[in-house]
Amino acid sequence: MTVGLSHFLILAAILFTIGTVGIFLNRKNVIVILMSIELILLSVNINFVAFSAFLGDLVGQVFALFVLTVAAAEAAIGLAILVVFFRNRGSIAVEDVNMMKG
Amino acid sequence: MGVAAAFFYLFAGVAVASAFMVVAARNPVHSVLWLILTFVNGAGLFLLLGAEFLAMILVVVYVGAVAVLFLFVVMMLDVDFAELKQGALQYLPIGGIVGLVFLVELVLVLGTWAVGPGVSGAVKMPLQPAEVSNTVALGQVLYTQYVYFFQAAGLVLLVAMIGAIVLTLHHKEGVKRQDIARQVARGPATAVELRKVKSRRGI
Repeated sequence: MTVGLSHFLILAAILFTIGTVGIFLNRKNVIVILMSIELILLSVNINFVAFSAFLGDLVGQVFALFVLTVAAAEAAIGLAILVVFFRNRGSIAVEDVNMMKG
Repeated sequence: MGVAAAFFYLFAGVAVASAFMVVAARNPVHSVLWLILTFVNGAGLFLLLGAEFLAMILVVVYVGAVAVLFLFVVMMLDVDFAELKQGALQYLPIGGIVGLVFLVELVLVLGTWAVGPGVSGAVKMPLQPAEVSNTVALGQVLYTQYVYFFQAAGLVLLVAMIGAIVLTLHHKEGVKRQDIARQVARGPATAVELRKVKSRRGI
């Protein structure tokens, strides 16, 4: 039995689902939410690379590279916001994020 | 079952298991470590697909930079994670239902999809199999046809860097800092004060 495109797509679907469920389960902890987003982006990357490999088109890998860039930038900005928020409030609970409430 | 299939199931199984542990671990430090394992296995899958450059970049960027950033932040913030974790099971039913519906939808889509008839003719940049390596082929595409996207990606990283610095840099009150312009502008008129002191008097 050979590994086809469907195997990789199902794996990416499972990883994506774990990421979304992780956002629901760790609703209070922003750090784990950020990690779940990283998982989701990894599954998107797996999709890109799998389609690139099985359709024989290199452009999918180029776009996976861009997704990687955006994911790294997002992690850096998210963690910086987290550090500033912790400095101001002394907590990282999502429920405390209501400073901009009118 | 070939070697490639065996490695696929190894990498895929470990990736799914460690992704589950990222979500389920009680300690966020453990979550970060499981995240590293997930990404290493993702890099293995990329290697299986023939995307060597992306596999190495995944290890360098995620394990080398992003995961270490996560570790620093988790260890720097003095948060009571046990308190954050309690009540998590309260969201398990709704999260489980959403996840299950989502997975079923995705699998239903995967069960019926087919590659369209014109797709194989629409390949923009075919993979070069033997002449050049994956890295060379990627560079030849990235620096020619996608050079504007590449520059935009660089711009995104620059903005992220400046944003992170601006967000986290803060000046403490009451710290004496060097002001070079003031130092250079100081002349004898402001720096030296001459007093005529009479003997045995003091100032």
